[in-house]
Amino acid sequence: MNEIMKTPQQTLEEIMNLAAAHFKVPREKLTPDDDFFKTLGIDSLQTLDLLTKLENHFHVELPDYELQGVSDFRTLASRIQSRL
Amino acid sequence: MEQFHGESLSWELKNGVVELALHREPCNEIGGLTLEELEKFVSALDSFKDSAHALLIHSQMKPGFCAGADLRELYHRSLELERKEAVRGVRDYLERIHKVMNAIDAAPLTTIAAVHGVTFGGGFELALVCDLIIADKMARFCFPELRLGLIPGFGGIPRLKRDLGNAVVRDLLLTGRSFNATKAQQIGLVSQVVSEGEALRAARATATQLSKFDRRTAAAAKEFIKPIPYEELRREIDIFCELFLQPAVQAGLRKFVESEDAQPYLP
Repeated sequence: MNEIMKTPQQTLEEIMNLAAAHFKVPREKLTPDDDFFKTLGIDSLQTLDLLTKLENHFHVELPDYELQGVSDFRTLASRIQSRL
Repeated sequence: MEQFHGESLSWELKNGVVELALHREPCNEIGGLTLEELEKFVSALDSFKDSAHALLIHSQMKPGFCAGADLRELYHRSLELERKEAVRGVRDYLERIHKVMNAIDAAPLTTIAAVHGVTFGGGFELALVCDLIIADKMARFCFPELRLGLIPGFGGIPRLKRDLGNAVVRDLLLTGRSFNATKAQQIGLVSQVVSEGEALRAARATATQLSKFDRRTAAAAKEFIKPIPYEELRREIDIFCELFLQPAVQAGLRKFVESEDAQPYLP
Protein backbone atom coordinates (compact mmCIF):
# COMPACT_ATOMS: atom_id res chain seq x y z
CA MET A 1 0.00 0.00 0.00
CA ASN A 2 1.38 3.39 -0.97
CA GLU A 3 1.11 5.94 1.77
CA ILE A 4 0.73 9.55 0.81
CA MET A 5 3.91 11.43 1.67
CA LYS A 6 3.50 13.65 4.69
CA THR A 7 4.31 17.31 4.27
CA PRO A 8 6.96 18.81 6.59
CA GLN A 9 4.18 20.73 8.34
CA GLN A 10 2.19 17.55 8.95
CA THR A 11 5.28 15.84 10.34
CA LEU A 12 5.95 18.78 12.64
CA GLU A 13 2.34 18.81 13.89
CA GLU A 14 2.34 15.08 14.52
CA ILE A 15 5.60 15.31 16.48
CA MET A 16 4.25 18.06 18.71
CA ASN A 17 0.95 16.21 19.22
CA LEU A 18 2.80 13.04 20.13
CA ALA A 19 5.21 14.80 22.50
CA ALA A 20 2.36 16.64 24.23
CA ALA A 21 0.39 13.43 24.73
CA HIS A 22 3.37 11.34 25.86
CA PHE A 23 4.72 13.86 28.35
CA LYS A 24 1.27 15.16 29.36
CA VAL A 25 1.95 18.77 28.40
CA PRO A 26 -0.91 20.92 27.01
CA ARG A 27 -0.52 20.92 23.22
CA GLU A 28 -1.08 24.67 22.99
CA LYS A 29 2.06 25.26 25.06
CA LEU A 30 4.27 23.79 22.33
CA THR A 31 5.60 25.78 19.39
CA PRO A 32 7.91 24.63 16.56
CA ASP A 33 10.97 26.55 17.77
CA ASP A 34 10.66 25.59 21.43
CA ASP A 35 13.62 24.00 23.18
CA PHE A 36 11.82 20.74 23.83
CA PHE A 37 14.13 19.77 26.70
CA LYS A 38 12.85 22.84 28.54
CA THR A 39 9.24 22.90 27.37
CA LEU A 40 8.69 19.23 28.03
CA GLY A 41 10.98 19.21 31.07
CA ILE A 42 12.79 16.07 29.92
CA ASP A 43 16.27 14.63 30.35
CA SER A 44 18.26 12.53 27.87
CA LEU A 45 16.65 9.31 29.03
CA GLN A 46 13.18 10.66 28.30
CA THR A 47 14.50 11.96 25.00
CA LEU A 48 15.28 8.36 24.09
CA ASP A 49 11.68 7.53 24.98
CA LEU A 50 10.51 10.28 22.65
CA LEU A 51 12.82 9.01 19.91
CA THR A 52 11.38 5.50 20.23
CA LYS A 53 7.82 6.87 20.15
CA LEU A 54 8.61 8.87 17.01
CA GLU A 55 10.35 5.94 15.29
CA ASN A 56 7.37 3.70 16.04
CA HIS A 57 4.88 6.32 14.89
CA PHE A 58 6.59 7.28 11.63
CA HIS A 59 8.03 3.78 10.96
CA VAL A 60 11.52 5.18 10.51
CA GLU A 61 14.88 4.51 12.07
CA LEU A 62 16.64 7.60 13.34
CA PRO A 63 20.15 7.07 14.74
CA ASP A 64 20.43 8.99 18.00
CA TYR A 65 23.63 10.73 16.85
CA GLU A 66 21.50 12.56 14.28
CA LEU A 67 19.75 14.20 17.22
CA GLN A 68 22.99 15.53 18.65
CA GLY A 69 22.54 19.25 19.17
CA VAL A 70 18.88 19.11 18.12
CA SER A 71 16.65 20.72 20.70
CA ASP A 72 13.72 22.23 18.78
CA PHE A 73 10.71 20.54 17.19
CA ARG A 74 11.27 22.09 13.77
CA THR A 75 14.78 20.61 13.34
CA LEU A 76 13.61 17.31 14.79
CA ALA A 77 10.82 17.26 12.19
CA SER A 78 13.26 17.89 9.37
CA ARG A 79 15.45 14.97 10.53
CA ILE A 80 12.43 12.68 10.50
CA GLN A 81 11.13 14.06 7.21
CA SER A 82 14.44 13.16 5.56
CA ARG A 83 13.82 9.51 6.39
CA LEU A 84 10.18 9.22 5.36
CA MET B 1 17.08 -21.17 47.92
CA GLU B 2 13.66 -20.93 46.27
CA GLN B 3 13.15 -17.34 47.23
CA PHE B 4 15.40 -14.38 47.86
CA HIS B 5 14.77 -10.70 48.34
CA GLY B 6 17.89 -8.58 48.06
CA GLU B 7 18.61 -4.88 47.71
CA SER B 8 19.16 -4.95 43.97
CA LEU B 9 17.35 -8.09 42.87
CA SER B 10 14.95 -10.78 43.99
CA TRP B 11 14.01 -14.21 42.76
CA GLU B 12 11.26 -16.70 43.31
CA LEU B 13 10.60 -20.21 42.03
CA LYS B 14 6.92 -20.77 41.28
CA ASN B 15 5.29 -23.48 39.16
CA GLY B 16 8.57 -24.49 37.56
CA VAL B 17 9.52 -20.95 36.60
CA VAL B 18 12.23 -18.92 38.31
CA GLU B 19 11.56 -15.20 38.06
CA LEU B 20 14.57 -12.97 38.64
CA ALA B 21 13.49 -9.35 39.15
CA LEU B 22 15.97 -6.47 39.01
CA HIS B 23 15.06 -3.51 41.19
CA ARG B 24 17.96 -1.21 41.87
CA GLU B 25 17.50 2.56 41.43
CA PRO B 26 17.74 4.24 38.99
CA CYS B 27 17.99 1.63 36.22
CA ASN B 28 19.60 -1.52 37.65
CA GLU B 29 23.18 -0.36 37.14
CA ILE B 30 25.46 -3.31 37.85
CA GLY B 31 27.96 -2.44 40.58
CA GLY B 32 29.50 -4.39 43.44
CA LEU B 33 26.24 -5.04 45.28
CA THR B 34 24.31 -6.25 42.22
CA LEU B 35 27.24 -8.46 41.29
CA GLU B 36 27.26 -10.04 44.76
CA GLU B 37 23.55 -10.75 44.54
CA LEU B 38 23.89 -12.13 41.01
CA GLU B 39 26.61 -14.46 42.32
CA LYS B 40 24.21 -15.58 45.03
CA PHE B 41 21.61 -16.26 42.35
CA VAL B 42 24.05 -18.28 40.24
CA SER B 43 24.95 -20.36 43.31
CA ALA B 44 21.25 -21.16 43.71
CA LEU B 45 20.79 -21.94 39.99
CA ASP B 46 22.01 -25.49 40.40
CA SER B 47 19.31 -26.25 42.91
CA PHE B 48 16.59 -25.29 40.37
CA LYS B 49 17.71 -28.00 37.92
CA ASP B 50 15.12 -30.54 38.99
CA SER B 51 12.28 -28.22 39.90
CA ALA B 52 12.32 -25.55 37.17
CA HIS B 53 12.15 -25.51 33.40
CA ALA B 54 12.42 -21.78 32.75
CA LEU B 55 14.10 -18.64 34.04
CA LEU B 56 12.66 -15.18 33.39
CA ILE B 57 14.75 -12.08 33.94
CA HIS B 58 12.93 -8.76 34.08
CA SER B 59 13.14 -5.31 35.60
CA GLN B 60 10.82 -3.60 38.03
CA MET B 61 12.36 -0.21 37.34
CA LYS B 62 10.43 2.19 35.13
CA PRO B 63 13.33 3.53 32.98
CA GLY B 64 14.22 0.12 31.65
CA PHE B 65 15.70 -3.34 31.90
CA CYS B 66 19.25 -2.35 32.85
CA ALA B 67 21.55 0.56 32.01
CA GLY B 68 24.70 -1.57 32.30
CA ALA B 69 27.72 -1.28 34.55
CA ASP B 70 27.62 1.23 37.39
CA LEU B 71 29.98 3.75 35.81
CA ARG B 72 29.87 6.10 38.78
CA GLU B 73 31.08 3.32 41.08
CA LEU B 74 33.71 2.25 38.55
CA TYR B 75 35.01 5.80 38.21
CA HIS B 76 35.17 6.52 41.94
CA ARG B 77 36.88 3.21 42.69
CA SER B 78 39.44 3.77 39.96
CA LEU B 79 40.26 7.20 41.45
CA GLU B 80 41.09 5.63 44.79
CA LEU B 81 43.60 3.21 43.34
CA GLU B 82 46.93 3.31 41.52
CA ARG B 83 46.53 2.58 37.79
CA LYS B 84 47.89 -0.96 38.02
CA GLU B 85 45.73 -1.72 41.03
CA ALA B 86 42.71 -0.23 39.27
CA VAL B 87 43.25 -2.51 36.27
CA ARG B 88 43.61 -5.50 38.60
CA GLY B 89 40.34 -4.50 40.27
CA VAL B 90 38.61 -4.17 36.90
CA ARG B 91 39.92 -7.57 35.78
CA ASP B 92 38.69 -9.17 39.00
CA TYR B 93 35.26 -7.56 38.54
CA LEU B 94 35.08 -8.74 34.90
CA GLU B 95 36.16 -12.29 35.78
CA ARG B 96 33.37 -12.41 38.36
CA ILE B 97 30.68 -10.99 36.06
CA HIS B 98 31.75 -13.33 33.25
CA LYS B 99 31.36 -16.27 35.61
CA VAL B 100 27.81 -15.14 36.35
CA MET B 101 26.97 -14.53 32.69
CA ASN B 102 28.46 -17.86 31.59
CA ALA B 103 26.49 -19.72 34.26
CA ILE B 104 23.18 -18.17 33.16
CA ASP B 105 24.12 -18.71 29.50
CA ALA B 106 24.80 -22.42 30.13
CA ALA B 107 21.93 -23.03 32.57
CA PRO B 108 19.92 -26.15 31.67
CA LEU B 109 16.73 -24.08 31.96
CA THR B 110 15.30 -22.13 29.03
CA THR B 111 16.02 -18.51 29.82
CA ILE B 112 13.98 -15.50 28.75
CA ALA B 113 14.81 -11.81 29.12
CA ALA B 114 11.67 -9.66 29.25
CA VAL B 115 12.95 -6.19 28.45
CA HIS B 116 11.59 -2.65 28.29
CA GLY B 117 13.12 0.81 28.03
CA VAL B 118 16.87 1.19 28.45
CA THR B 119 18.71 -2.05 27.68
CA PHE B 120 22.21 -0.66 27.39
CA GLY B 121 25.76 -1.94 27.73
CA GLY B 122 25.94 -4.56 30.47
CA GLY B 123 22.13 -4.67 30.52
CA PHE B 124 22.11 -5.58 26.84
CA GLU B 125 24.78 -8.17 27.61
CA LEU B 126 22.63 -9.65 30.38
CA ALA B 127 19.74 -9.97 27.91
CA LEU B 128 22.11 -11.59 25.39
CA VAL B 129 22.94 -14.49 27.69
CA CYS B 130 19.27 -15.48 27.63
CA ASP B 131 17.89 -17.94 25.08
CA LEU B 132 15.01 -15.65 24.11
CA ILE B 133 14.50 -11.91 24.33
CA ILE B 134 10.97 -10.57 24.51
CA ALA B 135 10.82 -6.80 24.19
CA ASP B 136 8.13 -4.24 24.73
CA LYS B 137 7.99 -1.78 21.87
CA MET B 138 9.58 0.99 23.94
CA ALA B 139 12.74 -1.07 24.56
CA ARG B 140 15.98 0.43 23.31
CA PHE B 141 19.28 -1.38 22.88
CA CYS B 142 22.75 0.09 22.72
CA PHE B 143 26.43 -0.62 23.22
CA PRO B 144 27.67 2.86 24.20
CA GLU B 145 31.08 1.68 25.44
CA LEU B 146 33.11 3.18 22.59
CA ARG B 147 31.97 6.60 23.78
CA LEU B 148 34.03 5.91 26.89
CA GLY B 149 37.03 4.56 25.00
CA LEU B 150 36.14 0.98 25.92
CA ILE B 151 34.55 -2.09 24.40
CA PRO B 152 31.65 -3.96 26.01
CA GLY B 153 33.12 -5.99 28.86
CA PHE B 154 30.41 -8.41 29.99
CA GLY B 155 30.66 -10.73 26.98
CA GLY B 156 28.66 -8.58 24.57
CA ILE B 157 30.65 -8.86 21.35
CA PRO B 158 31.24 -12.64 21.37
CA ARG B 159 27.59 -13.27 22.22
CA LEU B 160 26.30 -10.80 19.65
CA LYS B 161 28.57 -12.45 17.05
CA ARG B 162 27.13 -15.79 18.06
CA ASP B 163 23.60 -14.59 17.30
CA LEU B 164 23.94 -12.04 14.49
CA GLY B 165 25.87 -11.26 11.33
CA ASN B 166 29.21 -9.53 11.71
CA ALA B 167 28.08 -6.43 9.75
CA VAL B 168 25.27 -5.78 12.24
CA VAL B 169 27.66 -6.26 15.15
CA ARG B 170 30.08 -3.73 13.63
CA ASP B 171 27.27 -1.23 13.12
CA LEU B 172 26.09 -1.48 16.72
CA LEU B 173 29.56 -1.48 18.21
CA LEU B 174 31.36 1.09 16.06
CA THR B 175 28.59 3.70 15.86
CA GLY B 176 27.44 3.30 19.47
CA ARG B 177 23.93 4.09 18.28
CA SER B 178 20.84 2.88 20.02
CA PHE B 179 18.06 1.05 18.22
CA ASN B 180 14.51 0.11 19.01
CA ALA B 181 12.71 -3.20 19.51
CA THR B 182 11.33 -3.33 15.96
CA LYS B 183 14.84 -3.06 14.54
CA ALA B 184 16.05 -5.61 17.10
CA GLN B 185 13.43 -8.03 15.86
CA GLN B 186 14.28 -7.33 12.20
CA ILE B 187 17.93 -8.24 12.76
CA GLY B 188 16.99 -11.42 14.61
CA LEU B 189 17.90 -10.41 18.12
CA VAL B 190 14.44 -10.23 19.65
CA SER B 191 11.95 -13.06 19.29
CA GLN B 192 8.77 -11.14 20.16
CA VAL B 193 7.83 -7.46 20.28
CA VAL B 194 4.80 -6.67 22.42
CA SER B 195 2.87 -3.58 23.53
CA GLU B 196 4.18 -1.28 26.20
CA GLY B 197 4.18 -2.98 29.60
CA GLU B 198 3.39 -6.43 28.18
CA ALA B 199 6.84 -8.05 28.02
CA LEU B 200 6.63 -9.89 31.35
CA ARG B 201 3.14 -11.22 30.60
CA ALA B 202 4.33 -12.49 27.19
CA ALA B 203 7.42 -14.03 28.79
CA ARG B 204 5.24 -15.83 31.36
CA ALA B 205 3.01 -17.16 28.57
CA THR B 206 6.11 -18.41 26.76
CA ALA B 207 7.38 -20.06 29.94
CA THR B 208 4.04 -21.90 30.25
CA GLN B 209 4.46 -23.18 26.70
CA LEU B 210 7.97 -24.42 27.55
CA SER B 211 6.60 -26.51 30.41
CA LYS B 212 4.99 -28.85 27.85
CA PHE B 213 8.36 -30.17 26.68
CA ASP B 214 10.69 -32.71 28.20
CA ARG B 215 13.24 -30.80 30.24
CA ARG B 216 16.21 -32.97 29.37
CA THR B 217 15.46 -32.71 25.63
CA ALA B 218 15.18 -28.92 25.85
CA ALA B 219 18.49 -28.75 27.73
CA ALA B 220 20.19 -30.99 25.14
CA ALA B 221 18.84 -28.86 22.27
CA LYS B 222 20.07 -25.72 23.96
CA GLU B 223 23.54 -27.12 24.57
CA PHE B 224 23.72 -28.19 20.92
CA ILE B 225 22.69 -24.88 19.34
CA LYS B 226 24.09 -22.36 21.80
CA PRO B 227 27.80 -22.95 22.37
CA ILE B 228 29.53 -20.55 24.72
CA PRO B 229 32.44 -18.71 23.01
CA TYR B 230 34.83 -19.07 25.96
CA GLU B 231 38.00 -18.25 23.99
CA GLU B 232 36.61 -14.96 22.67
CA LEU B 233 35.19 -14.10 26.08
CA ARG B 234 38.67 -14.45 27.61
CA ARG B 235 40.10 -12.25 24.87
CA GLU B 236 37.42 -9.65 25.54
CA ILE B 237 38.56 -9.32 29.16
CA ASP B 238 42.18 -8.85 28.04
CA ILE B 239 41.29 -6.15 25.49
CA PHE B 240 39.03 -4.35 27.97
CA CYS B 241 41.82 -4.26 30.59
CA GLU B 242 44.38 -3.03 28.02
CA LEU B 243 42.03 -0.23 26.97
CA PHE B 244 41.14 0.71 30.54
CA LEU B 245 44.65 2.15 31.03
CA GLN B 246 44.11 4.79 28.32
CA PRO B 247 43.69 8.38 29.57
CA ALA B 248 40.67 8.71 27.28
CA VAL B 249 38.80 6.22 29.44
CA GLN B 250 39.23 8.23 32.62
CA ALA B 251 38.23 11.36 30.73
CA GLY B 252 35.15 9.62 29.32
CA LEU B 253 34.13 8.27 32.71
CA ARG B 254 34.66 11.68 34.33
CA LYS B 255 32.51 13.35 31.68
CA PHE B 256 29.74 10.82 32.32
CA VAL B 257 29.94 11.11 36.11
CA GLU B 258 30.10 14.91 36.14
CA SER B 259 27.26 15.35 33.68
CA GLU B 260 24.37 17.33 35.14
CA ASP B 261 21.92 15.18 33.27
CA ALA B 262 20.40 12.52 35.52
CA GLN B 263 20.93 9.90 32.82
CA PRO B 264 23.55 11.12 30.33
CA TYR B 265 22.97 8.39 27.78
CA LEU B 266 22.98 10.36 24.56
CA PRO B 267 26.37 10.67 22.83
